[in-house]
Amino acid sequence: MLESPKELSFEATRMALDSAGLELKDIQSVVSGSAPDAFDGVHMKGEYLLDGMGGIGKPNQRVYVGGGTGVFTPIGGWWNVASGMYDTCLCVAEEKMSPLHPHPQYAFWSIFDQILERPLGTTLLWIFSLEMRRYMHKYGIKEEEIASVAVKNKGNAVDHPCAQLGAKITVEDVMNSEPICWPVKRLDVSPPSDGAAAVVLASEKVAKKLTDQPVWLDGVGWTLDTTHWTNRDLAYPEYVERAAWMAYKMAGIKKPRKEIDIAEVYDPFDYKELHHMEGLQLAGKGEAPKMAVDGVTQRDGDLPVCPSGGLLGVGNPIAAAGMMKICEVFWQLRGEAGKRQVKKDARTGLAQAWGDLMQVGTVAVMRS
Amino acid sequence: MSQKITSYPGHEITPEDVKEGKYLDVVYKFEPKYSWAAGVAISRFLAELKEGRIIARKCLNCERILVPPRMYCERCFRPTDEWVRIKDTGTINTYSISHVGTDARRLKTPILVAVVDLDGATPGMGILHNLGEVEPSKIKVGMRVRAVWKSSSERQGAITDIRYFKPIGDE
Repeated sequence: MLESPKELSFEATRMALDSAGLELKDIQSVVSGSAPDAFDGVHMKGEYLLDGMGGIGKPNQRVYVGGGTGVFTPIGGWWNVASGMYDTCLCVAEEKMSPLHPHPQYAFWSIFDQILERPLGTTLLWIFSLEMRRYMHKYGIKEEEIASVAVKNKGNAVDHPCAQLGAKITVEDVMNSEPICWPVKRLDVSPPSDGAAAVVLASEKVAKKLTDQPVWLDGVGWTLDTTHWTNRDLAYPEYVERAAWMAYKMAGIKKPRKEIDIAEVYDPFDYKELHHMEGLQLAGKGEAPKMAVDGVTQRDGDLPVCPSGGLLGVGNPIAAAGMMKICEVFWQLRGEAGKRQVKKDARTGLAQAWGDLMQVGTVAVMRS
Repeated sequence: MSQKITSYPGHEITPEDVKEGKYLDVVYKFEPKYSWAAGVAISRFLAELKEGRIIARKCLNCERILVPPRMYCERCFRPTDEWVRIKDTGTINTYSISHVGTDARRLKTPILVAVVDLDGATPGMGILHNLGEVEPSKIKVGMRVRAVWKSSSERQGAITDIRYFKPIGDE
């Protein structure tokens, strides 16, 4: 995209303010989210982005947990508001991956252990392909079943105005796409993207003055596991489960599969959506693939997952992608998602993001 | 609100546009040099690799044998207690066939990569390494493998002192 990181941030921030009917003077604090500085080649990016995010002269904090950042940003906003410190908090997530050549993926090389892993020629795709293979092995999952998620999400994204890779494709297309890091194939992966997304959080008393249709952030959860990722059960994201239960307990949810109406699950890779659904207790262990194949997670299904089109379809501007999910749940719960609106009456939604070396879980439960 | 958005400013710049000089192209090279502290645990681990051996650390509280070794147990949050020599054989926990390099450029020969659970460590204690002397299509989860070491004169105290792991086969 032509826009600079600050301009992208401004576009999203202005839209969020307009949506809430607010001006910057009404905002008391700002939380910003952006992932690796290495994409932009600008160190201390939080400070750099500040004016595009409406943060000049206001209490500001940047939160950063890699791919988990997008959902962690409104969690940071929740600290600001739920603590009673502020009545309004602007939460903005931005990522511009395109500046880095020859490929943005290069920025991830330095997340690996510098002494024991980098000398082996690591690429970020490895952690995904190794995890995907282990997940397939443990539960006897077929590549075709996993591919059905890419088909669904890219198809859903056709209706998203910001989508980068919305397309009607088939499982066969995914299976025949280039094996870049087997079992990961080209169409199993989300693209590098530029983007920004923003929301305004307000205290209960202010929110009720602003709108008759508020969406409440009822539960938040976040946990991290160690960077010793090769010592972990790669078939199951326990750290996502911990984050989920933290959010569910706060929101009073006891049976997530029954009580969550729609879920924007983190899907940088198609298998990841399934893996995370299991961690989020939305599917039993090894059972998410069947739900995808049976259409349960389609927009007209019993548990729509990634009605936005997800990272696979809309795109994966790291931090902004997680925030895009928060925005989608907001629109879905207000019945404002247009062509993307799910069939069922959605009252409780979930957004989740994941990141770093298979170690971050960030979860938000929202209600209309 | 999203359905009300009908158009977006800006357009995509392709790599070709940049090559053709249509846009200002600023090249920024950041070439710092680091001398990392390997730390107490990994320094010993590397020294043992130089001798052709793999060493782990044991926590007597949870009784886990940890590899890569660490001087503290992150679960019990106490110092670990003893060095334990483990084997250079193990089992493939998971594997992948990588057709891309570090910067996502396509490779002529794929890199075979695996998490190998080492014998003698607590089950599930894997390390990342490469596989060799095996057809990609023959690799299986659960396959037994052994480290292929560089010669003692070539070893320098690095993870690459192990060239790769190869199937044990009928040895």
